[in-house]
Amino acid sequence: MANEPETPVAASAAEPAVPSLVDRYFTRWYKADVKGKLCQDHCILQHSNRICVTLLSGSHVVLQSGKAIKSISYQISTNCSRLQNKVSGKFKRGAQFLTELAPLCKIYCSDGEEYTISSCVRGRLMEVNENILHKPSILQEKPSTEGYIAVVLPKFEESKSITEGLLTQKQYEEVMVQRINATTATS
Amino acid sequence: MFPLTVENKHVAQLLLSTGTCPRCIFRFCGVDFHAPYKLPYEELLNELQKFLETEKDELVSEVPNPPPKKIRLQELEDGIDGMDNLSQNGEGKVSIIEDGSIASKNSNLNVCNVCLGILQDFCEKEFIKKVCQKVEASGFEFTNLVLSISFPPQLSVREHAAWLLVKQEMGKQSLSLGRNDTVQLKEAYKWITHPLFSEELGVPIDGKSLFEVSVVFAHPETVEDCHFLRAICPDCFKPAKNKQSVFTRMAVMKALNKIKEEDFRKQFPCPPNSPKAVCSVVEIECAHGAVFVAGRYNKYSRNLPQTPWIIDGERKLDSSVEELISDHLLTVFKADSFNFSSSGREDVDVRTLGNGRPFAIELVNPHRVHFTSQEIKELQQKINNSSNKIQVRDLQLVTREAIGHMKEGEEEKTKTYSALIWTNKAIQRKDIEFLDDIKDLKIDQKTPLRVLHRRPLAVRTRIIHSMETHYVDEHHFRLSLKTQAGTYIKEFVHGDFGRTKPNICSLMDVTADILELDVESVDVDWPPALDD
Repeated sequence: MANEPETPVAASAAEPAVPSLVDRYFTRWYKADVKGKLCQDHCILQHSNRICVTLLSGSHVVLQSGKAIKSISYQISTNCSRLQNKVSGKFKRGAQFLTELAPLCKIYCSDGEEYTISSCVRGRLMEVNENILHKPSILQEKPSTEGYIAVVLPKFEESKSITEGLLTQKQYEEVMVQRINATTATS
Repeated sequence: MFPLTVENKHVAQLLLSTGTCPRCIFRFCGVDFHAPYKLPYEELLNELQKFLETEKDELVSEVPNPPPKKIRLQELEDGIDGMDNLSQNGEGKVSIIEDGSIASKNSNLNVCNVCLGILQDFCEKEFIKKVCQKVEASGFEFTNLVLSISFPPQLSVREHAAWLLVKQEMGKQSLSLGRNDTVQLKEAYKWITHPLFSEELGVPIDGKSLFEVSVVFAHPETVEDCHFLRAICPDCFKPAKNKQSVFTRMAVMKALNKIKEEDFRKQFPCPPNSPKAVCSVVEIECAHGAVFVAGRYNKYSRNLPQTPWIIDGERKLDSSVEELISDHLLTVFKADSFNFSSSGREDVDVRTLGNGRPFAIELVNPHRVHFTSQEIKELQQKINNSSNKIQVRDLQLVTREAIGHMKEGEEEKTKTYSALIWTNKAIQRKDIEFLDDIKDLKIDQKTPLRVLHRRPLAVRTRIIHSMETHYVDEHHFRLSLKTQAGTYIKEFVHGDFGRTKPNICSLMDVTADILELDVESVDVDWPPALDD
């Protein structure tokens, strides 16, 4: 089958002529300094079908150079492990319900620091990423796709309202600029 | 030849005098051949009277001479009044009329107390003609039909009462009467009316016909005849969600089987009393069973959903595969609605090439059903001329089993695809060649995020049977794949956040995305290919 491609594509472009998977189907939202902790920035990708993926934002402390991750744990309290989450059926019954500040996992770094990742959206927990348990480096190598933390299904009625407390791409960029200015100002 | 014999005289006399019509009398005398029932009502009445007149001295010994006709009628009417009183008391005692001469319809035999007119006017040509007029006006095309007649439940109660009466009378002659010795009302009705319908409409009655004519009778005047049964057998009449009334035919029959004779007689007159009016026809409806049309479709648009895409009442995209095909069929078959199903389906932005995807359309209540294969070919042409977004082939009429074939195709048969893939890293021919050698690759796919809102979360193992690569340039190549049914191709290419493993990204250690996808073949050999 030696068909010519239909749409003309830039032959040697590193970027495709069409938007990426994330840009095609998701809207990017952000929460900076989650729980008041400086630079613990999260990113929420909301699919057009309302499903949300919680990830670390590129500016999160853990993703800065020099940080090495020792291990990741989904045991967020004595009685609760996100790994025990079981969902069944089309209506996802049995899922653990999350509020915005509900902890998803704990990241332990080799420098002794411990970071808690929060849900940032209300809804039913669908799954947590078990791939990063086995290979924590994925979190740092591919933070915006394979290194996702969790998938959350918001209530149908709340699909729009859950992003009310979050920053848009533009707002996030402004916050980043302010942060850099603040840092340079104090230095 | 009059079907009744000397043995039947007492019963016939009893029934006639208590207001039962000739045909019902035949039924209770066990007349089980069709011919007598088909004779005209007037004739039957006369014959019956003649039959009862002969050897009347066997019946009545007190009266020495038969009184003249006029007086007879007067006595008759007196007798009738007296008799009605008796039956209303429910005592079941009847005085035998001296002369069975009942000259006109203006006597107590207006409406039969057992069949409520069903075996009187409602089985005669005039009524049948009226029904047939309605059938013809309904605009259905048919070569046979099945008749579905529905009687009011209280008929069973009256039948039961009459049966008890006859049983008792026969007991006096030391004769027994079993349940099966009488002819059922519905049977007799069919014997009479089926040939009349056939003749009037010019087609045979066939129990397997898809074209159904249903006639529903009701008798509001006697609706409460059944109600006493609920007090005696309450468990037969449990209310169910769908039923309007608890007193269905089934429930009433069940209760009648259970109830003891004494209890029944206490609550219901034997013989049943004569009603004032005949049954009324509640509805005459025609309906045709669904017909099925199958074929294969090609989809050439990257902007067409399978089914109408409507959110909050707003249509997001113009038309759909199912509408482009089915709308024409709906018109030609003059059907009320359709149900479209196919052997799997593709996304809005995916084309279906090659031989196309099998589909089957159920046309509900079609008014037109007979088409030659030439006409179906023309219909196919019409559909194909009306749109360049889809094309159909092998359009044909099929049976209901069709749906099973298709679902089998969806779940068991392989499909082949062609994908245009983009890579972030620059690639050379040698970087993709290894994919050609991978056979029967097992992949695990979690429910893709893009459908997770409406599908259960699960992991599906699927097999990529074979792949073939075609290098395009440093960042693009075409991938042909043959996969197991139910494989999500897009997710196999981009990995869906690593939730499909392995995937093209992990196999090639690049970031890859899918730019275009085409279905090249759906490997189902159904419906049968037609020569065009």
